[in-house]
Amino acid sequence: MKGVINMHIIVLIKQVPDSREYVRIREDGTLDRERVRAVINDCDKNALEAALQLKEKFGSKITVVSMGPPKAEDALKEALAMGADEAILISDRRLRGSDTLATSYVLYKAIERLGHYDLIICGIESSDGGTAQVGPELAEFLGIPQATFVDEFKVIGGYVEAKRLVEGGYEKLRIKMPVLLTIMKNANNPRVTTFSGILKAVKKQVVMWTIDDVGAEEKKVGLAGSPTKIMKVEKLSFQRKRLMIEGETADEVVDNLLKRLVEDGVIRGGY
Amino acid sequence: MTGYSGVWVYAEHRNGVISKNTLEILGKGRELADKLCVELSAVLFGCNVSSSANVLTIYGADKVYVTDDEKLRNYKTRTYARLMTELILKHKPEIVLFTASTTGRDLAPRVAARLRTGLTANCIDLDIGDFEDKETGRRYEKILYQIVPAFGGNVVATIVTPFNRPQMATVRPGVFPPPEKIFRKGEIVLFKPEAIDVDEEVEVLEVNRGQEESSLENAKIVVGGGLGVGGPEGFKLLKELADSLGGCVGATRPVTDAGWMPYDSMIGESGRTIRPDLYIACGISGALHHMIGVRGSRKIVAINNDPKAPIFEAADYIVIGDLFQIVPKLTEKVKKYVGAL
Repeated sequence: MKGVINMHIIVLIKQVPDSREYVRIREDGTLDRERVRAVINDCDKNALEAALQLKEKFGSKITVVSMGPPKAEDALKEALAMGADEAILISDRRLRGSDTLATSYVLYKAIERLGHYDLIICGIESSDGGTAQVGPELAEFLGIPQATFVDEFKVIGGYVEAKRLVEGGYEKLRIKMPVLLTIMKNANNPRVTTFSGILKAVKKQVVMWTIDDVGAEEKKVGLAGSPTKIMKVEKLSFQRKRLMIEGETADEVVDNLLKRLVEDGVIRGGY
Repeated sequence: MTGYSGVWVYAEHRNGVISKNTLEILGKGRELADKLCVELSAVLFGCNVSSSANVLTIYGADKVYVTDDEKLRNYKTRTYARLMTELILKHKPEIVLFTASTTGRDLAPRVAARLRTGLTANCIDLDIGDFEDKETGRRYEKILYQIVPAFGGNVVATIVTPFNRPQMATVRPGVFPPPEKIFRKGEIVLFKPEAIDVDEEVEVLEVNRGQEESSLENAKIVVGGGLGVGGPEGFKLLKELADSLGGCVGATRPVTDAGWMPYDSMIGESGRTIRPDLYIACGISGALHHMIGVRGSRKIVAINNDPKAPIFEAADYIVIGDLFQIVPKLTEKVKKYVGAL
């Protein structure tokens, strides 16, 4: 049934520090990003994989969109190598310090410029910010419905049927397209970039847009356009009394520990 | 920001039963409202929910705004977001809090974007204080401090929303203790909009909600395991200890990532937050992701064979040794002498 529906799918991706690597925090609380490898945010790959599977089924066009520093181009190139058709990076010094509202505003302006679309897919949250807010805020700006925390979905006619995970269970929704979905990690297994994919991607260009290109107002982006401000950053102290439980044998250690716990009143018994 | 006053809590419920996490933020909301000398209100939407409103006043709300309508039987993002926005615009609260549940995290950003205001995600603490804008030198009094873990949890950041109202935040479930009943004389205000703007583009096909809270979150005693436990076999030892104490077993993120334990047993920043009387951490190094989830525990025992394990910094009692020796011994002695609380 290839080519029955020809959809335009937009996938949002973010480049983040590799969470598997050790990130050093400087004394002033800022993040030492220099030695940290930047990668595509984990669940954004699941979002792209979901789009690629739809493309294989229905012959869709996939546009990946990201906002970030110029080096985020690498993440978009990887997305092209995985099989995306077009890639757009919104990069502009004036975007620095954008919070989720400012970010979703810029993405909204960019997506408006892209014209017609049927589906927007993103990961549920970024591994570095973890707010899960940009997707729903963007959907609000665009005036389209959303389904968040989506585990599985299918496209039927002009509708998406999505299963979203909720505490202790799930909800199934039928939503008219266009719709924005945020996809869980583990929703699928993102494909690995192949050599031929990389070769194909070499010929493709990442399109660079500034805020002027998308028509975003300067006062609504960056630090100035962000309602939330970081007031201070502090190290978190977890320190407790750290009493060493000693003993000659494991028996003794366990006896001494249990005595303490009974004294504290957290367990009760014959000690 | 004149004209904006009051602290609001969006109340989540299941068939009218108010969620425990809602009561937690209601307790914190009471504290914030008292610091600001303003009213605390709760907002309750649903179908046949009016009778639950008094639960919210019992736990501290001065006022409960209720919209009880057949059209609100199933939660729909845009229907609820439109209604919430309408209510906020009408009454102008200065602070609006949501639980960081799958509903709160779905709804709050939609409302914040409609109102073009700030929203801080997954707060682990809230407070009231002043903020000085370094650029203009202007001082803003009695602002909401929204405290969140940053950079993977190594540090905490205090976020403020000084120039926009309302100040909005979602709060991580479990970070505040459940409040005491204070039997406040509250006022129930029925909010009946002219028409509820239902999202016709979304149809709820099925709702299947099991138990909301895991037994982990309610357990008085929790035994947690990290990679040091070595595999699913090792977790059987932890389970035996937990059983002997009438407690539950939890795990760190690397453990659930490895599939040794189910995903919903993950304790930590992106998992569950627990506040047991006793937490026994076995073979856990003490990554900050994990520690954020256990910092509310009354007593923490850490068992680890590495004397340099960072978890010992955060422990009340340190046991340096082989958990495969200590844990079974502990189980044996508990069974013999100790009755669980």
